Amino acid sequence: MKLKPPSPGDLGDRIRETEVWKSIFRPGSIFRKGYKDTSRDRALATMNNVLYHLHPVKVKRHGLKLTYTFCLGGLSFFLFILLTITGIFLMFFYRPTADIGGAQAFADMQSIRTSVFFGDLVRNLHRWGAHLMVFSVTLHMARVFYTGSYKPPREFNWVVGVILLFLTLGLSFTGYLLPWDQLAIWAVTVGTSLAGYSPFIAKQANFLLLGGVVVGPETLLRWYTLHVIGLPFVLVLFLAVHFWRIRKDGGISGPL
Amino acid sequence: MAKEDTPLDQGVFDSTLEAELAKGTDRRVAEGRARSAAVRAFRAANPEEAAKHEAAGAKPAAAAAAAGAGAPAAAAAAPAAAPAGAPVAVAAASVTTPVREAPLPTGNVPTPKKGAEDKHRLLALVPPEGIQRVEREQGDRVNVWPHLLIEEFVAMFILLAGLTLFSTFINAPLRELANPNLTPNPSKAPWYFLGLQELLRYFHPMVAGITIPTFILIGLAAVPYVDRNPSNKPGDRKIAITLMTILFMFGGVLTIIGSFFRGPGYNWVWPWAQGVFFEL
Repeated sequence: MKLKPPSPGDLGDRIRETEVWKSIFRPGSIFRKGYKDTSRDRALATMNNVLYHLHPVKVKRHGLKLTYTFCLGGLSFFLFILLTITGIFLMFFYRPTADIGGAQAFADMQSIRTSVFFGDLVRNLHRWGAHLMVFSVTLHMARVFYTGSYKPPREFNWVVGVILLFLTLGLSFTGYLLPWDQLAIWAVTVGTSLAGYSPFIAKQANFLLLGGVVVGPETLLRWYTLHVIGLPFVLVLFLAVHFWRIRKDGGISGPL
Repeated sequence: MAKEDTPLDQGVFDSTLEAELAKGTDRRVAEGRARSAAVRAFRAANPEEAAKHEAAGAKPAAAAAAAGAGAPAAAAAAPAAAPAGAPVAVAAASVTTPVREAPLPTGNVPTPKKGAEDKHRLLALVPPEGIQRVEREQGDRVNVWPHLLIEEFVAMFILLAGLTLFSTFINAPLRELANPNLTPNPSKAPWYFLGLQELLRYFHPMVAGITIPTFILIGLAAVPYVDRNPSNKPGDRKIAITLMTILFMFGGVLTIIGSFFRGPGYNWVWPWAQGVFFEL
């Protein structure tokens, strides 16, 4: 008997019928055999996907209107993901040390720009993405204000949003120091000098921020830790609450 | 109450049935209407006899219920369990031939037989006011997949493509190695703090750097609790929109001044004449 090799389409069908494939893609997945463009499968596609289940099955039609949300919240979240990915890449090539006589941090920055494959592009993406995120989060807040989307029952989610804006600024500012060039340390010196004017706790606040009296190697290590794990951790917690509350308070955009 | 036993006014019954049938009513419905009219007419005509009949109907039923309870002790216990017993009697009164006879409640907690399997039964009683009927208009809704998700993906890819293009051609700044002994002129904070740095020109550092930002943050967080106006329409929210726009304008103008109109010594410059002293 002569065995004929299956055609690519036939092979694809056979693979999609295997138990392994079916165990990975739940009913309603568009990658599963037998997906039909029906209301039922469309609903299942949203419900049975780990990413899409953040959304309800249906939204109000006017929620799709681009000029209502401008996708600003979603894009801010996407930028956060992008910054996490590019940031992890940069962590492989960066050491947050700046001892007297040899600033490893700055040397690593130079090698990222010159000798790391795609290092320059990834650093650019990270830096420009960070500035853009501060901008998009601010615009998102403006949009939510002007559409009145902070009104009951969404009051608390607005407060969470203000915290997220503050954390975004914190993440951007802590990252600003890491290149350890003239731009970085002097911008941070100017920015943190204000902490020295806080009432009652001026010295303590300054020391807490800088790990010393002036911006130095201790500041770098401190801000690096905050930048790569401390603040992202807190931000993700608040982000989870933010998204959860969007669903509980009636879904994206528009009055209830 | 059984139909046959109820005394009724035959004359009223016949005339009503005739009238109903003449109207074209279904026979079954017509008979029902005629019977109810006849019974009502009989009761109105001789109330004593009707009451006697009612009592007679109730007596045998009550006796049957008591007999069903079995022991005389249980019958004596029946008045004690009055709230439970009374409805039983009423129910029995309306049925001459009881379909099922259940013992009257004894008030004793039943004890399981020895060696019997341990079983639990739970009966939940839900008060009618606990059942909510939710009525909401379906509205004009569309499936998230594909309509919303496609839109999100397109927005995401446009952003990613734009950012990648920008990053390919425009390098992020990297100046010379940090030198704590050499202050660049001007020294500026990151752009999002330049509004605050600009405020430093006009206010004491504690006001510009601590008081105002704290007020803005707390004020922003308090917005939904201060603005209790339930309307979403811009026309109804003139004060809120005006105030917030003023805040945004102040922030924007101060940031732009700090970014582009401040040069060496943090003095005023015209960006088109003396150049831009701004780095991202």
